[in-house]
Amino acid sequence: MSEHTTLSDLEAARNNTRDAAAQLESVETIESASDGQRQIPAADAPATEEPADAGPAIETLSMQQALNRALSETLEADPKAMVLGEDVGQLGGVFRITDGLQRKYGENRVFDTPLAESGILGMSVGLAMAGYHPIPEVQFDGFAYPAVNQIICQVGRMNYRSRGKLPMPITLRVPSFGGIRAPEHHGESLEALFAHVPGLKVVSPSSPHEAYHLLKFAAGRPDPVVFMEPKSRYWQKGPVDTAGTGYSPEGARVVREGRHLTLVAWGAMVARCVQVAELAAEDGIDIEVLDLRWLKPIDAEALAASVTKTRRAVVVHEAPLTSGLGAEVAALITQHCFATLKAPVERVTGFDVPYPSGDLEDEYIPNIDRILFGIQRVLEYRRG
Amino acid sequence: MADELPGLDHAVLNDDDQRQLYRLMVAVRHLDESAIRWQRQGLIPGYAPELGQEAAQVGSAYVLDMSRDFVFPTYREMGVARTVGVDMVEYMATHKATWHGGLYDPVASRFAPIQAVVAGSVLHAVGWAHAQTMDGTGGAAITYFGDGASSQGDVHEAMNFAAVMKAPVVFFIQNNGWAISVPTERQVAGGSVAARAAGYGIPSLQVDGNDVVAVAKATAAALAHARSGKGPSVVEAMTYRRGPHSTSDDPGRYRTLEAERADAGEDPIQRMRAHLTAEGLADEAFFGEALADAKAEEERIREGIINLGSRPGTEMFDFVYQEPTTALKAQARAWREESEHV
Repeated sequence: MSEHTTLSDLEAARNNTRDAAAQLESVETIESASDGQRQIPAADAPATEEPADAGPAIETLSMQQALNRALSETLEADPKAMVLGEDVGQLGGVFRITDGLQRKYGENRVFDTPLAESGILGMSVGLAMAGYHPIPEVQFDGFAYPAVNQIICQVGRMNYRSRGKLPMPITLRVPSFGGIRAPEHHGESLEALFAHVPGLKVVSPSSPHEAYHLLKFAAGRPDPVVFMEPKSRYWQKGPVDTAGTGYSPEGARVVREGRHLTLVAWGAMVARCVQVAELAAEDGIDIEVLDLRWLKPIDAEALAASVTKTRRAVVVHEAPLTSGLGAEVAALITQHCFATLKAPVERVTGFDVPYPSGDLEDEYIPNIDRILFGIQRVLEYRRG
Repeated sequence: MADELPGLDHAVLNDDDQRQLYRLMVAVRHLDESAIRWQRQGLIPGYAPELGQEAAQVGSAYVLDMSRDFVFPTYREMGVARTVGVDMVEYMATHKATWHGGLYDPVASRFAPIQAVVAGSVLHAVGWAHAQTMDGTGGAAITYFGDGASSQGDVHEAMNFAAVMKAPVVFFIQNNGWAISVPTERQVAGGSVAARAAGYGIPSLQVDGNDVVAVAKATAAALAHARSGKGPSVVEAMTYRRGPHSTSDDPGRYRTLEAERADAGEDPIQRMRAHLTAEGLADEAFFGEALADAKAEEERIREGIINLGSRPGTEMFDFVYQEPTTALKAQARAWREESEHV
C-alpha cells in the first residue's frame, strides 16, 4: 500500500511531524562554538531573517528543502548525476525531496522507474558501469528489502569484483526511521544491516544543515553511500549555511559540549538527545551530544575523544537492540576508553520487535524518559 | 512476434564467417573439455562446463560490435568470452579461484565481471543500455542467462524496465534443459522464456541453439532492433547442457545416460562440420588445422594458468572502496603485521 501513498497520507504524516516539531522547536540543533566550526544560530533565532547579521549564506530551510537544494546543485554541477526512483519525476517524490528537479533537468536525468526496488538498484549498477552517478531513491526504508540482493551482492561488490575498474558512485537515498505514524514497513532502521556490508558507506543527517552538506558530499563520492534521511525531521526548519564555512562532512560532530556523559546518536535521535541534555542540565548534569553522522565508517577517534573526557556514554538509536549499531559503538568506546570508563556503555534503543503501529511507536522509539533512565543507570553505576 | 524483428537475413555471414564460427567452436570445445581435465588434475578447483552450448555462445557473440556493445555474462559464458576476445588466462583466473570476477579488465574487454549470482547482472544490462540511449552511442547490451535464471524476479523486472524505457538490450537465454538437477519443464511454466516477451510487448525469437548460423542471425536481428531505437528483444536459444552443471555435479543422480543422449540432439560442432563439408566450404585439412590450433591455444592458456600466482593478500583490502575507510586501513595494517610479520 505504501507505494501508493496518497497525498492525504502525506499530509497526515506532515501534520504528525509538525506536532512533534512544535514540541521540539526550542531545542533545534545547537552548534558548538568551540569545535572550530562556524556558529550557527538555532532555528528560532531571528538571524535567518536578517542575513546581514549571520552572513549572506545562511538560510532557513526545512530538511526537505535542504535535500532538494543539494540534489539540484549536484545535478547542476555534475552532468553525470541522475535521479531515479518511484514517483521522483513529475510528483517530486512522496516526500517532495525531488520536487521540481525533473522540470529543471529533464526526463533523462530525473526519471520515474517502474515500481520495483531491485530494478531501481540493479539499473543503477548498470548506469554506474556506463559512467553515470545515479542517485536512486527507495521510497521508504522497508522497500529497501526487495533490493537487498542488488545492494549487497552488486552495489557493494562491483568495485571489488572488478578490481577497481567499475566503481559504484551510487548514492542511495532512503527515507528512514520512524516517527510519522506510517503503515507497516515505512519506519525501519536499516543502518546496522547496511553498515555490515563490505563496500558500502552509510550516513544519516540530523539537521537541514547536515542534510544539505552531507548529501552533496555523498553524491560526489566514488563509492556507494546509503543516505538515511530521518523522515520525521523532513519538515522542521533550521539554519543552513550553504557556503559551508568551516564545515567538514566527514566523521562525527559534537553538537553540544558537556563534561559528565556522552550521548551518542544519529538521525532523528540527535535532536531528542539535545533536548534530553537541556533537561538534564536543569539538574546540573552536563551532557555532551555526539552526532555520529557516519554509521560506516564510524568515527572511532571522535568517540574516544568525547568519552575520554566524559568517562561515561549512552548510545541511543531507534533500531532494535540486539546486534544494533549501538553494540558497535559500545565496543569501540570500550576498546578505546576502558581504562577511564566509569560505567559500562548503556544502550537506549528500540526493542527486538517488529516496528509497531503508529499507536505504539512512541513506546518503541527511545523517548526522553527512557534516555534519562539510561543516563541515570550510568551515573549511578558503582563498581563491585 | 518474430516478425517485428528485422529479417533474419540481416546478418550476412560469408564463407569466411562460417569457417571462423567453426574454428571458434572447436577452440571453445577443446578449452572447455580441457578445463574439466585441469580440475581433475588439481590445476583448478572447479569449473562450470558449457559442453553443447558452443553454437549458442559463439554464434551470439560473433555478431556483437565490440567497439560499442557490452556483454553481461553469468559464470558459464566461456565461449562468449573467447569469441569477443577476452584474455582467456585472465578469464580462467575465476575458475582457478584467483579472483572472483576474473582478472581481465571488464572496461577494456567490454565484458562485465563474471557473475555468480543467478540473474544478478540482467538488470545491469538494462541500466547500461539506457545510458547508451542517453549518450547516443548506438551500443547495445547483451545479457546472458539460462532457463533456471528466468525464474528469478530480477528477470521480470529487467524485461519490464527495458520495455518501458525502450532500452537497447538483447536478453539472450540459453535454455539448456537443466538448472543443475531440475529440468526445464519443472522450471519454466509454459515451456518457453521467449513466450514471456509478448507480455512486455517486446519481440522475441526462439531459435535452434545448436545451429550456430541460426543463432548468429537471430542475435544480429535482435541487435539491429536495439540499434534502431526500438528497444529490447528476447532470443531464446534452445540447446542442451551435455555435461554436468559443474565439476562438482553428478548428473547420474537426476538423468540417465540414455536420456542424455536422446535429449541432447545433434552435436552443434558436428552439425557445422557437416554443413561446411556439404557446402564445399571446408575440407579435412581445414578441420585438422582448426583442432591443431585449438590444442596449441589450450596449451598456451594452460601454461598461463599454471604460472598464474595468487594475488597478494593486500588486494583483499585494496579494492573494497575507491576511498578506503580508516577502519579498513587499520585492518589491513593489522593483517600485514600478524600475517607477514612486518
